[in-house]
Amino acid sequence: MQPTSAAFKQRSRQAIANPVLQKALQNIRPGFQQKRAKAVAQLPEFEALRDEARDLKNHVLAHLDVYLQRFEAKVQESGGQVHWARTAGEACDAVLGICQAAGATLVTKGKSMVAEEIGLNSRLEAAGLTVVETDLGEYIIQLRHEMPSHIIAPALHLTKTEIAAAFMQAHVDLPADRPLDEPRALTDEARLMLRQKFLGAQVGITGANLLIAETGSTVIVTNEGNGDLTQNLPGIHIVVTSIDKVVPTLEDASTILRLLARSATGQEFSAYTTVSTGPKRRGDMDGPDEFHVVLVDNGRSSILGGPTQDVLRCIRCGACMNHCPVYAAVGGHAYGWVVPGPIGAALDPGMIGLEEARHLPHASSFCGRCEEVCPMRIPLPKIMRYWREQTFTRKLDPASARYGIGAWAWLARRPRLYHWTTGLAARTLGLLGGRRRRFKWLPMAGGWTAHRDLPAPEGRTFLAQWRAEEKRRARAGAP
Amino acid sequence: MVDTPPQHSPEAPRRVALFVTCVVDFFRPTVGFAAVRLLERAGCKVEVPPTQVCCGQPAYNSGDRAAAIAVAKDVVAAFDGYDHVVVPSGSCGAMIRVHYPKLLGDDPDWGPRAHRVASRTHELVSFLTDVCGVDSVADLGTAGTVTYHDGCSGLREMGIKQQPRKLLASIPGLELKDMLDAEVCCGFGGTFCVKYPDISGEMVRKKAETIAQTGAAMVLAGDVSCLLNIAGKLSREGHKVEARHVAEVLAGMTDVPPIGAAKGE
Ligand code: SF4
Repeated sequence: MQPTSAAFKQRSRQAIANPVLQKALQNIRPGFQQKRAKAVAQLPEFEALRDEARDLKNHVLAHLDVYLQRFEAKVQESGGQVHWARTAGEACDAVLGICQAAGATLVTKGKSMVAEEIGLNSRLEAAGLTVVETDLGEYIIQLRHEMPSHIIAPALHLTKTEIAAAFMQAHVDLPADRPLDEPRALTDEARLMLRQKFLGAQVGITGANLLIAETGSTVIVTNEGNGDLTQNLPGIHIVVTSIDKVVPTLEDASTILRLLARSATGQEFSAYTTVSTGPKRRGDMDGPDEFHVVLVDNGRSSILGGPTQDVLRCIRCGACMNHCPVYAAVGGHAYGWVVPGPIGAALDPGMIGLEEARHLPHASSFCGRCEEVCPMRIPLPKIMRYWREQTFTRKLDPASARYGIGAWAWLARRPRLYHWTTGLAARTLGLLGGRRRRFKWLPMAGGWTAHRDLPAPEGRTFLAQWRAEEKRRARAGAP
Repeated sequence: MVDTPPQHSPEAPRRVALFVTCVVDFFRPTVGFAAVRLLERAGCKVEVPPTQVCCGQPAYNSGDRAAAIAVAKDVVAAFDGYDHVVVPSGSCGAMIRVHYPKLLGDDPDWGPRAHRVASRTHELVSFLTDVCGVDSVADLGTAGTVTYHDGCSGLREMGIKQQPRKLLASIPGLELKDMLDAEVCCGFGGTFCVKYPDISGEMVRKKAETIAQTGAAMVLAGDVSCLLNIAGKLSREGHKVEARHVAEVLAGMTDVPPIGAAKGE
């Protein structure tokens, strides 16, 4: 996928001015925040589980090679194949190769952010295959030719009105006067359309939430059951996933799953949790004839062992973006890449380059709410700060900002001059503030005053007044 | 490195250095005087180190680590040697207490001093309740309904939530009404509000709306920076809600005009 993160500022401005998006974003509070809070409150050991999951994933990252090799061996043992892909291109090649070898024309696909990251759909389509997204949100954005705006709710930026319009436009064989106002009508229609695809596809592609080294299994969680139909009905199942998803045992997987659904949607467990181990065995009722796992690196191994390694603990639950006031203001598309929100701000510079992504770690008030809810205890603000420091040392930010900070620091290190300067400025602005004690506009503060008034200083600085107070106290002999 | 502040005995009052913060110094000296009054009432001997400037957050949050370190050293030098350092801001307090050890901790000369100053640094209201044991303030005539905004650093890095509410609850006739999403950022964020004014503007729009919805006559917080942002948006939107630092109410200094508005406006 081509990132457009460099345009973050313009796109965030457009997002704030977009009433449909703003209406859709209002669903985050009841839909995600309140549900998560309730689920967390009902699990006394939630905090302990977070510690456990953090330690578990740190252990895996320290021995990633071992667990990945063990995983590969177990997949092979159960009759499947592992394809290692260093880059997005290699990953797409691997998937396309499997599809072409099978003579596939129709591919169904469950939601996979790794597939979005590597631009899989456009690659398959360019080779003449038809790809149908089967997750409802992904299906909707596929019809609208958009990218996901949220990692677990890809169509979060839309309201049901836009979805109905997209269905009307796409499903031309259905009566034009059918009612589509209710969510139920929309899901029924999507189900009707997708059912034929599930049955006709030769290849089914899913992602994976977890990989289990001890058994060579892949795990997906969904709420729609589309993943199971995608992977069980076609003859070939391809799992497109990344190297950071592996855990040692099934027991470890359950530790993470207990956190995942609660953090994501406030469910105790997702509606469907599917563990896949190899292709269909003799005597199995169903399952694919071929089972492939494409293990994508695409920059992750260069993050491993570095100062931002903690991002690799991420389980893509979405809690950080669901609680981020910046995400709530601009939505996911403004971030310009597949992973938005706080985790995007921490991860994307390492994946797509700091030149492209430099705005993302800066566009945060460091409020810390993301870290507060992250089930994997990823220190997101700390990692954003690291990227800010990299931006500064690599001189990627505007010269004006750099000089501004330089001048400020120079002055701040000269207390006498600083106090003289601020004393003068405070008195001047204090006078100019007039009776109403605020400014509607002030030169050099246009960004501030475009949205709010600037309160006027009271007049003399505290330190100036305190000097007088101390003298007064000395004269009075007070303490 | 753990440093235990000197034991307090009734005969020897706590020697407290007030770090007034650059924002209070420049915009809202009243908060500095409110802090002095509250600390003296709690039996502290207050000193104001005269070379103090700023905690260094503008540089630290802009990625200029070298400048942040330089400023942090100046603060450590000015504030080392007191029993406690008290700051009327959760944000600047957290900068010293939480972040200075990260900036200076590895420095063989400055590390121990930075740890010492950091471990003795407190936000004002939590210092009054948690260290001095203050559990009520005198009835100083502020009545009516107020609402409280939890500044992010104070809340998440310094654990400040109940302390101001507890002291406010001790004022007869004062009713505290919580706003929706009191723990959500107001959008100030230091250099953030200058670099991304539209996003910051949208965040404070929501904050002002939830404040107005409470019907409270006054919004309080522990950080003047948040309050400049909030007060500016409230007045821009035409809401008649006074914005004040919580210390002003606790110290009974509400005769001063509120932030960004004329008295009685
Ligand atoms: S960073 Fe944490 S909160 Fe955000 S998606 Fe990843 S695991 Fe979830």
